[in-house]
Amino acid sequence: MKDQRSLLFNVDWVIILIYLALCIIGWFNIHAAVYDPANPSIWDMDTNYGKQFVFLLGAVILGSLILLMDSKFFNSIAPIFYGFTLLLLILVLIVGRNVGGNQAWIPIGSFRLQPSEFAKFSTCLLLAKYLGTNNLKLNDSKTLIISSIILLIPMGLIMLQPDTGSALTFTSIVFVLYREGLSGYFLVIGVLFIALFVLSLMFNKFLVIAALLIIGALAIYFNKRNRNLITVIASGVIISIAFIFCVDFAYKNVLQSHQRNRIDVILGKIDDPRGQGYNLNQSKIAIGSGGLWGKGYLQGTQTKYDFVPEQSTDFIFCTVGEEWGFIGSLVVIGLYLTLLIRIVNVAERQRASFSRIYGYGVASILFFHFFINIGMTIGLVPVIGIPLPFLSYGGSSLWSFTILLFILLRLDSNRMGFI
Amino acid sequence: MNSFFERRFVILGIFIFIALVLLSRLFYIQVIDKSYFLSASNNVLRKKIIYPARGVILDRHGKILVQNEPVYDLMVIPNEVEAFDTLEFCRLIGLDKAGFDKRFLKAKNYSPYRASIFEKQISAITFASFQESLQEFKGFYVQNRSVRRYPDSLAGHFLGYIGEVNDAEIEKSGGFYRPSDYIGKTGVEKAYEELLRGQRGVENLMVDAFNRPKGHFADGKYDTLAVAGESLVSSLDIRIQQLGEKLMQNKVGSIVAIEPATGEILAFVSSPGYDPNLLVGRQRGKNMSGLFKNPYTPLLIRPIQAYYPPGSSFKPMDALVALQEGLIQPNTTFHCPGGYRAGNHWVRCEHVDGTTDLTKAIKMSCNTYFCYVFDKLMNRNGPKNIRYAFNDWRKHINSFGWGERLNIDLPNEKRGLVPEDERYDRIFGKNRWRSSTIISLAIGQGELLATPLQLANAECIIANRGYYYTPHLIKSIGNRNIVKPEFQVKHQVGVDSRYFEPVIEGMQQVIESGTAVASRIPDVTFCGKTGTVQTRGKNHSVFVGFAPRENPKIAIAVVVENAGYGASWAAPIASFVVEKYLKDSITRRPSGIDVKRYMSANLLPMLPGMKPQDKRTKLLDSLKVLKKDSIKNKEKIISLKKAIYLTYAKKDTARKAGIAKPLAGNDSLKNKTPARPLAKPLKPAADGGRSRKDTSKVKPKVTTGRPIQGK
Repeated sequence: MKDQRSLLFNVDWVIILIYLALCIIGWFNIHAAVYDPANPSIWDMDTNYGKQFVFLLGAVILGSLILLMDSKFFNSIAPIFYGFTLLLLILVLIVGRNVGGNQAWIPIGSFRLQPSEFAKFSTCLLLAKYLGTNNLKLNDSKTLIISSIILLIPMGLIMLQPDTGSALTFTSIVFVLYREGLSGYFLVIGVLFIALFVLSLMFNKFLVIAALLIIGALAIYFNKRNRNLITVIASGVIISIAFIFCVDFAYKNVLQSHQRNRIDVILGKIDDPRGQGYNLNQSKIAIGSGGLWGKGYLQGTQTKYDFVPEQSTDFIFCTVGEEWGFIGSLVVIGLYLTLLIRIVNVAERQRASFSRIYGYGVASILFFHFFINIGMTIGLVPVIGIPLPFLSYGGSSLWSFTILLFILLRLDSNRMGFI
Repeated sequence: MNSFFERRFVILGIFIFIALVLLSRLFYIQVIDKSYFLSASNNVLRKKIIYPARGVILDRHGKILVQNEPVYDLMVIPNEVEAFDTLEFCRLIGLDKAGFDKRFLKAKNYSPYRASIFEKQISAITFASFQESLQEFKGFYVQNRSVRRYPDSLAGHFLGYIGEVNDAEIEKSGGFYRPSDYIGKTGVEKAYEELLRGQRGVENLMVDAFNRPKGHFADGKYDTLAVAGESLVSSLDIRIQQLGEKLMQNKVGSIVAIEPATGEILAFVSSPGYDPNLLVGRQRGKNMSGLFKNPYTPLLIRPIQAYYPPGSSFKPMDALVALQEGLIQPNTTFHCPGGYRAGNHWVRCEHVDGTTDLTKAIKMSCNTYFCYVFDKLMNRNGPKNIRYAFNDWRKHINSFGWGERLNIDLPNEKRGLVPEDERYDRIFGKNRWRSSTIISLAIGQGELLATPLQLANAECIIANRGYYYTPHLIKSIGNRNIVKPEFQVKHQVGVDSRYFEPVIEGMQQVIESGTAVASRIPDVTFCGKTGTVQTRGKNHSVFVGFAPRENPKIAIAVVVENAGYGASWAAPIASFVVEKYLKDSITRRPSGIDVKRYMSANLLPMLPGMKPQDKRTKLLDSLKVLKKDSIKNKEKIISLKKAIYLTYAKKDTARKAGIAKPLAGNDSLKNKTPARPLAKPLKPAADGGRSRKDTSKVKPKVTTGRPIQGK
């Protein structure tokens, strides 16, 4: 009995309230997105919102179960979880069902399991265990390599499906690595590479290379005394040029045509609002027509009448934007930001490294989804099919995010103890 | 604690930065950029025009003359069209591939984003089979509207037709009409357009991404309802209209019947007629040009547009004017030796009537008597002052509604012609004409021209003993019993009612024992006057009359072109119509004439280039008679049409020169036009006139100043 009371007392209620708020906002918006005036009941189990209610109940039960578990359990089970997830990821390549070009689902009865969703938290757990148990810092290359391997195996398996969106999620773990000692240069280099990537696609690659060479030459000229710096600059320029060629090659040969198109649309190289740019254009019309205050609940025409594709899953934010306007968007983004800040604070107050590292993992993954998903609906990033945590329709994603978050809550409620 | 503790702020900074980036972008597209509102409306809103049902038109007993039938316009928005089974599509609406491509290109050129009509007026049956597959043809949808339908195929000229508005009409309406709207073009449809058309409604529909309708925008707050057009109750009596059209089939001419007490038109037959249903639907253009090419000009509204000399049917009016002026008394007699010497020519009377009083003169249609009367009228102030006497006479005739429009509620009414003194000055030289020069006016020939409507209206005046109401077609509008005020004005003609009785007595005698005795209707006191109008070619058969004598219910004028004596065709036809109206049945005549014979008779005049077998008899279909040859003899027909047109239009010009000039470029007319009015000796009386003198006859055509014996 004493344990139970302390659990209720120690659990972070702010996170739970935000979580519930987001889930309920999601449920109402799914209702609005697929609303059919001929069939207005919100409880119809044949519809997305009816099913989502069941998923919500399941998620609450799942969360409660996690809170009742022993916190040490997650530390010890991490490698097994990880191994099991890898097995599922291999299994999905063999028996998975192909939906929309991605072999990402394992059918279990009428339910479809998406192993890539569970790979997110099992990878976080193993990484936390690896770094936390040994109290390792990422300032030596061996640790970095092992950490990278832990990330790259599931990422690679997901790429094989091929589910690029989910695979890219793992790049967000760079925040965790940074927090655990990865050199800040990696972040800077990462941003530079993204900039280089965009530039080389937007302009002629030889133009970009020429510009790089000039900048490099100038930098060397002004630093001719400093031999080390010259080496760094020279190798940087060479690597950049190599990267540009890699990008060019990957863009032309590795990326699938729809991915190429999505990138072209966002870069403004394709102006085709009725073809390639249809999704993005309709999504922007939905959000843009919401105005400041929105059209009101169930009054959105863009989403209700199917102009926006994937409106209850990946493009659920369109309904928020259209029916609740800028104010509603502000509330949702505010809730996410509060949640992220709270998670970081929770992570930092952990005594155990395992919990802290895991906490940062949760924050990173949620942040990535939050940024990419909303960003793609308003044309800031290319369309990448990943859900908006807690809002998007779908059992697998809701439950995996719930598990992800509630493991942190469970670890946090026991923060005074040692693992 | 961890040595990289401060890095949390970098990470939090990135989170906050990204959230702000998202929010500013959202602020821009949601609050600053307003263009998305418009895009969203364009996505979902479809303005649908609801065409109101055009008003129906009923006959005086409430029977339907014209109603509406639903049809469907197939619309297309080219940009929304996706790949589909073109062949199946073409099969369903009955198009070939080339026709499809042509239409699609046209729609695309009009606007790729806006709806335009792909195929007009698909019938309900075609639509039913097409509708099932409509979902497969994205970008196509249908808009329903209605077309006119004439259940009895009657009264085409009276009702008129509707057609698409042209640019001039759109401009005139101040933008009320839009391209591809329909508007009344002729007849009642045009005259009462503003009542019949009703009010268009607008529906603001919302559609989903697949263009499926999803209900009304703002719950229909901005929608307007279509208001159906007013229904009109016409004065027409469908029974006698039908009988009249049957009697006139395969003949050229008109029947106009009017209720004298009100001026309501009871029958309005123009022959050759056409089935008004031909001018409806997808075949309209083809049918229209067929009618237009037809040499018998079925589109001419003869009752108000064709001119005829009244012939002997004018004699009662002559008598009334003379009685009113006190120049004759009912018992005034003149001697008829079988003709009248007017200056150096001789107006022949068909019979030697001896001593003739007014009643007998009318009964026997004595030319001599009326020449004396006319002479008295013209020379009352001495031969030198004929101008004043003539103008007095002219004023009288004008007051009978001749020479001016009666202002019937139909567009394009013609005035007829009552010549002015200046006209004779032009023809004969100033003051160089005498009563003998214009003596042909005495017997309704010469320059005097009237429309069948004016002929019938003159009978209303006689039936009413001195007044008439403007003839009109519409009795009441909608459920309200509205009669336009201008139709309730009594027009007095300035002849005392006491002068009418002797004339009417003569007119009754015409039927009882005179020229039209064969047309006597048992138990009906039918008063009338025959006319045999001399014209180029065979005489026009004319009859005017009214019945019953006391309290007349119907006044009628019948003209059958190139048919012969008034008594042989026009009078029996008039008597059948009158009898049908008064007794609702046609009894066997004591004279033995039979209505069927008149219905089946083919009196179509031969036209140049026609073979006898081309005059085929078809029920209500006389317009198709020349279809084949109309192409073969295109040139001849065009020249004929031109001749008719020129005859009407250029008559004045021709007269101005004092002679009727041969019309250039027209052989058929060249030889026939008299070289000089009055230059020829008086023509002998029509010799029973059945034998065709030549085949190049011209339709309603008036000879200039050619004194011809009337009957």
